[in-house]
Amino acid sequence: MALRKRSMGVVAVITAAGLGLAACGQSSGGGGETIELTIAQNAIAGGKNAAAAQYIADWVIPKFEAAQKAKGKDVTVKFVPSGVDDEQYKTKLSLDLKSGKGADVIDIDGIWAGEFAEAGYIKPLSELVGAEADSWDGWAQIPEAVQAMTEFNGKKYALPVGTDGRVLYFNKNLFAKAGLPADWQPKSWQEILDTGAKLKSSGVPVPIQINAGTAMGEATSMQGVLPLLAGAGGEVQKDGKWTGASQPLKDALGLYQKIYGGGLGDPKLQQEAKGRDKSFQQFAEGKIGILMEGDYFWRGVVNPKTGVAKMADRDQAVGYAMIPAIEPGKGIRGQDFVSMSGGALRTVNPNSKHPKEAFELLAFTLSPEALKEETKDGNVRITPRTDVNKEILAGEPLLTFISEKVLPVTAYRPPVALYPQVSVALQEATAAVAGGTAPDQAAADYQKKLEGIVGGAGNIAS
Amino acid sequence: MAQAISPPEAGAGTREPSRYSSDAAGLGKARAGVFMAPALLLIAAFLVFPALWVLYLGLTNYRLTGIAAAEPQFVGLDNLLDAVANPTFWSSTWLTAQFVLGSAVIGQVGLGFTIAWLLRDRRGPLKRVVEGLVILAWILPSAIVSFLWVALLDRDGGTLNALLGIPGTAWLLDHPMLSIIVFNTWRGTAFSMMLYGAALANVPPSHLESARLAGASGWQQLRDVVFPHIRGHILTNLLLISLWTFNDFTPFLLTAGGPDGKSEVLAVHVYKVALQGGELGYGAAVSTIILLINLVVAVFYLRLLRSKK
Amino acid sequence: MTRFVLGRIGFYTLIAVLLAFFTIPLLWLVTAPFTSDPTYEVSVPDFTWDNFRAVVEHPYALPSLWNSVVLSVGTAVLVVLLSALAAYALSRVRLPGRDALLYALLLLSSIITGTAAMVPLFQLAVELNLIDSQLGLILILSGGLLPAAIFMLKDFMDATPKSYEESARVFGATPLQIVRHVVVPLVRPGLATIAVWAVANVWGNFLMPYLLLSDVEKQPAAVITYTLYTEGGQANLSMLSTFGLLYSIPVVLMYLFVSKKYGFRFHGGIKR
Repeated sequence: MALRKRSMGVVAVITAAGLGLAACGQSSGGGGETIELTIAQNAIAGGKNAAAAQYIADWVIPKFEAAQKAKGKDVTVKFVPSGVDDEQYKTKLSLDLKSGKGADVIDIDGIWAGEFAEAGYIKPLSELVGAEADSWDGWAQIPEAVQAMTEFNGKKYALPVGTDGRVLYFNKNLFAKAGLPADWQPKSWQEILDTGAKLKSSGVPVPIQINAGTAMGEATSMQGVLPLLAGAGGEVQKDGKWTGASQPLKDALGLYQKIYGGGLGDPKLQQEAKGRDKSFQQFAEGKIGILMEGDYFWRGVVNPKTGVAKMADRDQAVGYAMIPAIEPGKGIRGQDFVSMSGGALRTVNPNSKHPKEAFELLAFTLSPEALKEETKDGNVRITPRTDVNKEILAGEPLLTFISEKVLPVTAYRPPVALYPQVSVALQEATAAVAGGTAPDQAAADYQKKLEGIVGGAGNIAS
Repeated sequence: MAQAISPPEAGAGTREPSRYSSDAAGLGKARAGVFMAPALLLIAAFLVFPALWVLYLGLTNYRLTGIAAAEPQFVGLDNLLDAVANPTFWSSTWLTAQFVLGSAVIGQVGLGFTIAWLLRDRRGPLKRVVEGLVILAWILPSAIVSFLWVALLDRDGGTLNALLGIPGTAWLLDHPMLSIIVFNTWRGTAFSMMLYGAALANVPPSHLESARLAGASGWQQLRDVVFPHIRGHILTNLLLISLWTFNDFTPFLLTAGGPDGKSEVLAVHVYKVALQGGELGYGAAVSTIILLINLVVAVFYLRLLRSKK
Repeated sequence: MTRFVLGRIGFYTLIAVLLAFFTIPLLWLVTAPFTSDPTYEVSVPDFTWDNFRAVVEHPYALPSLWNSVVLSVGTAVLVVLLSALAAYALSRVRLPGRDALLYALLLLSSIITGTAAMVPLFQLAVELNLIDSQLGLILILSGGLLPAAIFMLKDFMDATPKSYEESARVFGATPLQIVRHVVVPLVRPGLATIAVWAVANVWGNFLMPYLLLSDVEKQPAAVITYTLYTEGGQANLSMLSTFGLLYSIPVVLMYLFVSKKYGFRFHGGIKR
C-alpha cells in the first residue's frame, strides 16, 4: 500500500520521519517524536455546523494536546473542515478512503456504516485499535439501540456521536384559533386528519405538512414515509427481507392520499426543489398547522436566535406531540407511538498511522467532559451518553421530551448499502400519491422497483 | 484496464519534406508537432486517459461504496441494456433533446447572435452595460444563480409573478421544461454573444461597406456577406453549445429534475445516479450514451454546414 | 427619415427587453445582501451592513476569492497559451487525421466534465501526487478545456490572412516570432474570448476543486459557497446572497479589464 496518507507536503515529511517509530509496533510516542493527527468533520467555521468546528479548534485540540503532553507524548492535532452537502461529503470521503487518504478521525452518517464497511473503507474498531475499543468506558452509558447504529455484521465500527428523534410540531396560536388544545397529543392517524380538517375550516392555509416526493430527498423518508410505515406496523427491511407492497405501506401511502388529496396539505410544496426550506418559512410565518420533523427543526430552524426561519415566540407558540401509530397498539413492536432516528458516527480511519492515538482522540471527543463543553451555550443536542444527557437536557423541554419519551419507541434505518436506492423508491411512491395516484397502485409500482434494486422478488418479504 | 493512448504526436512519423504551399509561416510538420505537444500532452494525461477510464467503468458494476466498490465486476453491456430498457432513460433523452434545441440552438445561439449583431458597431456605455449583464449571468457561480432563479420564479413571493400580477403561478412545477430552457438561455447566451461578437469583428468592414453601397438591406448583408464569413464560427458555436448543454446539470439546482422527473435531462439523470445514488458504473454507461448521441449531433452539424463549401 | 426613427425605436425597444430579461433575475442579488433576514422574495432592503460584516469576518470567505482568482487566471493563461500554439499549428500545417482527432477530443472532453468522471480524475490525481495542489488542479482543469479552446481558436486562425506571415518570413522572422507579433494581434478577440470562457468555467466549478483540494485554505469560493448552509441543509440566505455579490465582483472587473485592454473587437492597425 502506498505510504501516502496525508495531503500536505510538510505533514508527509514529518509522517515519514515518524514511520520508523510506528513500524516498531507500539506507538508509545516516546523519544520526542511528534505524532500528527487529523480530525475531519462535515463542519466549517462560518458555515455548516460552525459551532462544532469552533469547538474542535478551540477546545478539543488544545485540551487533547495538553493531556497528551502531560502523559509525555508530543501530539499535534489538525482539524480538516468541510461543511458541504452530505452527499458530496460522502463522495469525497469515499474517494479519500479508497485511495488510502483521509483524516485519522472521521465522522460519517450512521446510515453509511454498512456500505462503507462492505467497501472496506472502515474497519471494526477492535481490529484497528485492539481491546481498548471494546472496553471503552462510554459504552456502559450508551443505550442498546444507539450502540446498534455502530454495528455491522455484529462488529462495532465506530463510536456514536449522537442521535435524534421525530415528532409532530404544531402551531399553538393556530390551534387556539381553531379551538384546539395546546397540549394536543393525537392517538391515531384519524385524529391527525380530524385536527387538520378543523384547522382548515378555521382558515389555516396548510393544515398538515408531512414531507413527500423526491425533491426533499431523505427528508421525505425520515420525516415522512418511514415514521408512517412504522406507525402502520411496517419496517423497510426486517430480518434481511425488504418490505414490498405490504398493507403497512399501503396504509402509510393512504394517509398521504388523505392529506394531499383531501386538501389538508399542499402537494405542490412537495415538488419544489426548495420545498423543505419553504415549508420551514411557512411554518414560521404561521401558515402551517402541523409539521413532522426532527429535533433539528427546534434547534436549527425555528430557534429564535440562530434558526434559518426564526420564531421569536418559539417557546410559547410551538407545541410538539409524539407521532401516533395508525391506531393505538398497531405500530411496530405493538407500540402506540413511533419515531425514526438517525445519528452520526465517529471512527478511526483504517489508513491511520497512529490508530491508538487516533482512538484516544476519538474517545476524548465523546467523554462526558467534552460533550458537556460541546453542548453548552445553546448548542444542546442529544448526545449518545445517558449520563451526559441527564445533565445537559435539563433546561431543554423538547430535547428532554425526545430523549425520554421518543427515543424508547424509535426505530433506525437498515444500515445496508442498498438502502439509499430503496429510500428513493419510497420517495417516488409518496410523490406519486401526492400527485394523485392511488396508494395501491403506487405500492405495486414500488414493489416492482424494489425487485429491480434488491435483486428479485426472493429478497422481498411476501 | 483502460490504457492511456499516447498523444498522437506529429513530429516522429512525419519526416517527409514539408510542403510550403499551404504553410505560410514556414512552420513545417516537425515544428507544428512541437507547437502542439504541450497541449496534446495535457489532453492525453487529463482528458483522454480518464475519459477512456470512464468508458471502461461503464462496462462494470462499479459503485462508490458497498461491495461493488471493493470488487467491481465486469458486466459488459449490461448497464447499457439496463439504460435502454429503462423508460426514465428514454423520457430523459427526449427532454434533453427539447432542452438542447430550445435553450442551446434557439435560445443561446439565436439570442447570442442577435445581441452581437445589434451591438456590432457600438461603443461606449450601452454596449458595456448590455454585454456586462449578459456575461454576468454566465459567469456567476451556479450555486448562487439557482437562488436567483428560485427568487424569480417562486410561486408565492417570486419577482415574475409580482411583475405580471399573477401570484400563485408555479412556473417551476407547471412549466418545468420551459423554465429551465429560459433559464439556460439566460445563463449561457454570453458565450455565443462573445464568440459572434469576435467573429463579426473579423468580417472585413470593406466588404460590408461595398454591400451597403450596392443597396443591400440588413438582411441581405447578413446573408451574403456576414454569413459566409462566419460559417465556421457558427458550426463551432453550434457544436460546442450543443455539447455543453447535453452535459449541463445546472437545471438540477432549479427543479431537482422534478416534478416527477418532468425536467430530468440526461445530465441530471447521471448526476442523480452517479453522485446521489453512487452507481458510478451505470452513470458512466449513460455518459457513454450521451457521447454517442453527441457524435451523431456533431456529424449532423458537419453535414449541414460544411457540405456547402 | 421615418424609417430611421422607427429603426431607432425598434432598436432601443429590443435593447430594453434584453436588459430587462438579463437584469430582473439579478435583482435578488442586489437587494438580499442589504436585507436583515432575506427570504426568496425580492423586497426593498433595510440597508444593513451586517451581512457584509459577517462575510468579512468569515475565516475562509475572502481568502477563497483569492484562490478562485489564482485557479481561474492560472487555467486561463495555460489554456490560452497552449491552445493558441496548437491551434496555429493545426491551422497552418495540414496533418493527417487532423479534423477527426479534434472532433474525437472534443467529444471526449464532454465526458470529462460529467459527474461520472470524478473517480478516474481523483485516482489519477492521487497517483500523480497532484492532490491538494492548486497547480495540479490547474493542469487537470486545463486538460478538459483545451480541446474546445483549440477548436474555437482554430477558426480564428483559419480566418486570418496568411500574407502577413509570408512577408514576415521574408524578413527572417522565426515561426514563434511570427505567432507572437503577427498572428496574436490578429486573433486577439478570439484569445480574449477563450480567456474569459476559461475563467468562467473555473470560477463556478465546485466538484473538482472540492474533491482534489482537501486543505480548506486552498479551496476556491465555489466550494466555500456550498458551506453556507445549516446542518440540515438549509441555505443561509443572508450569507449566500452577500457572498454571491462579492463573488461576482472580481469576474465583472476582470471582464471589464480584458474588454478594455484587449477588446473583443478587432483593433489591429492593418487595413484589409
